[in-house]
Amino acid sequence: MTRELWKGNNAIAEAAVRAGCAAYFGYPITPQTELLEYMSARMPQLGRAFVQAESELAAINMVYGAACTGTRVMSSSSSPGVSLMMEGVSYIAGTEIPAVLVDVMRGGPGLGNIAPAQSDYNQIVHGGGHGDYNLIVLAPSSVQESVDLTVLAFDLAEKYRSICVVLLDGSIGQMMEPAEMPPFQPLRTEYPEWAVTGAKDRERRFLSSIYLDPPQEEAANLRMLRRWQEVQANEIRYKTYYMEDAKFAVIGFGSSGRVALTAVRAARAEGIPVGLLRPITLNPFPEKVVEDLAKQVEGILVVEMNSGQMLEDIRRIAKGAAPVEFFARLGGIVPLPDEVLDEIRRLAKGPLTLEGHPRDRWLARMGTLN
Amino acid sequence: MQTEIIFAGFGGQGVLFAGQVVAYAAMDNGLEVTWIPSYGPEMRGGTANCTVIVSDEEIGSPQVRYPAAVVAMNLPSLDKYEPLVKEGGHLIVNSSMVDRPVTRKEIHSVMVPGNEIAEGLGDKKMTNMVLLGALLANVPLLPLEAVEKSLREHLPEKHHRLLPLNYQALREGARFLAEKV
Repeated sequence: MTRELWKGNNAIAEAAVRAGCAAYFGYPITPQTELLEYMSARMPQLGRAFVQAESELAAINMVYGAACTGTRVMSSSSSPGVSLMMEGVSYIAGTEIPAVLVDVMRGGPGLGNIAPAQSDYNQIVHGGGHGDYNLIVLAPSSVQESVDLTVLAFDLAEKYRSICVVLLDGSIGQMMEPAEMPPFQPLRTEYPEWAVTGAKDRERRFLSSIYLDPPQEEAANLRMLRRWQEVQANEIRYKTYYMEDAKFAVIGFGSSGRVALTAVRAARAEGIPVGLLRPITLNPFPEKVVEDLAKQVEGILVVEMNSGQMLEDIRRIAKGAAPVEFFARLGGIVPLPDEVLDEIRRLAKGPLTLEGHPRDRWLARMGTLN
Repeated sequence: MQTEIIFAGFGGQGVLFAGQVVAYAAMDNGLEVTWIPSYGPEMRGGTANCTVIVSDEEIGSPQVRYPAAVVAMNLPSLDKYEPLVKEGGHLIVNSSMVDRPVTRKEIHSVMVPGNEIAEGLGDKKMTNMVLLGALLANVPLLPLEAVEKSLREHLPEKHHRLLPLNYQALREGARFLAEKV
C-alpha cells in the first residue's frame, strides 16, 4: 500500500480526478479553496475542463449544463457558497441527472466564519432547494474516507441519476493524514441513453426540470421517489465502534464522530461500557441501525457541531426506546474529547429521562460553559 | 498508544513544517498520524500552531486539550500551552525567545537556545529543526534516523543541499535532555 500525506481538500480533488471527473466548475471560498486551487492546476494539465466561475450561482449552472452531457462533473464550495447554489441543485435534481458536490462546512449562519462546523446538515440532508427531492449525502471523517467517498459519489450519482454530496467540515478539509489514492480511471467514452451529446443521426433527446402538466410532474416525482427507495434499500453506510457489549451509545458523524471515538476509548478505559455509531450516509440515514441500537442501550448521546439537527432524526427514529442526550459546540468550535468524555460520564451516571427535550438540557448546561 | 504534540510559535518560525516532518516520518514508519493546523486570520495575526497525533490505531479526534508534548517556539506559546501539557508530559521551549523558566514541576521541560544554535550553524531558519531534535530525543516517538530518512525522501530534490544542515540542527537539538521529574 502506498500511502501519501494529503491535505483533505487536495485529496478530494485528486480522488475526483482519478474517478474520471472531466469538468470542474467552482468559485473560491475558505475552508474549501485548496480543492479548487488544486483543480485549477491539475485539470488543464490533463486536458480537462476547469472553470473558475464568476459566482457559485454560475458554477452550479455550469455543472448543470455539463452534467446533461452525461460526463462526470463536480463543483465544491463551503456553506454560504452552497446556499447560493441551491436553486441550481433543485434544477439538477428535477432534471434527474448526476453531479457531485463537495460541501466543506464552516461556521454560520450568514457569512459566519471560516472555522469547522456541521450546521448545514438540515440544508443538505433535508432539503435546501425547493421541491420534492433527495440528495445522496456522504459524510467522511478522515482524509482516506474523503478520498474513498469522493470516488463513490461519482458512482452513486450516476447509478441513481442524482446529486451526490460529500459533506465534511473545514477541519477535515484542512488536516493532513496518510491516504492511499484510488487507481486512475480513464475518462468515459460512452454516454448514458439520456445524455444530450448532439442529435446527429439519431432522435432528439430533451432534458429539463419543467413539467407544465401537473400529472406529468406527479409522474416525475413518483419516479424519483421510487428511485430513492432503491437508494434506501442499497446504499446505507455507517461504522460502529465497541458496540457489541455497549450499554450506552454515542452517535456522531464526520468530525464529531471521530472526536467522540477518542472520548469513547477514554470512557472504556474507565470501565464505562459505551460504543459509537458513526453514520456515513446521512441520506439515506441508517435508520434501522439506530432503531436497533436504541433497543440495545440504556442511553444515547448525540454529538454534533450544530444545534441538534441530526438529533431530531435520532429522536424520531429511537421513538423513546432509549433516553437521548445531546452535546454540541457551535459557531466553528470543534468539541474536544474531554468535553465529550464528561458527557459520557454524565450519561452513564444517570438518571436519564424520556421527558423534556435533550437540546433544552444541553442549552441549560451551556449556560455555565460560556 | 497515542502521542499528541503541539508545535506553536510565530508565523515564519517553521512550526507547521516541523509538524509535517513528524507526520511524514510517522507515516513512513507505518503509524497512523494526523496533522492539523490552526488556519485562517489567526495565522496572519502572528501565532501559528499545529497539532500532530501519532498512533498505532485509527486516530479519533485530531485535536486534544491536554497534549503529551508541546514545542513552544516563543513566549505567547509557552504562556498558552504550559498549563495544558499532560501530567508527566514534555515541554520543549525555545529559550532564545522566552524570558522566564518553566514553572510546572510535574512535567518534563527542556530549555533549548534554538535561535543561537541555528545561528551558530549559519542559518536562523534551522531553529525549528533544533527544537524538533530536542523533542525527538526526549519523547519516545521515532528515532532521529527515521526522521532524517523521511526528510530526505519527502523534501523536494531542489532543497536537498539543505539536508546536511537540517541533520546537524536535529543532532544539536537532540543533545538537550530533560531532567528527571
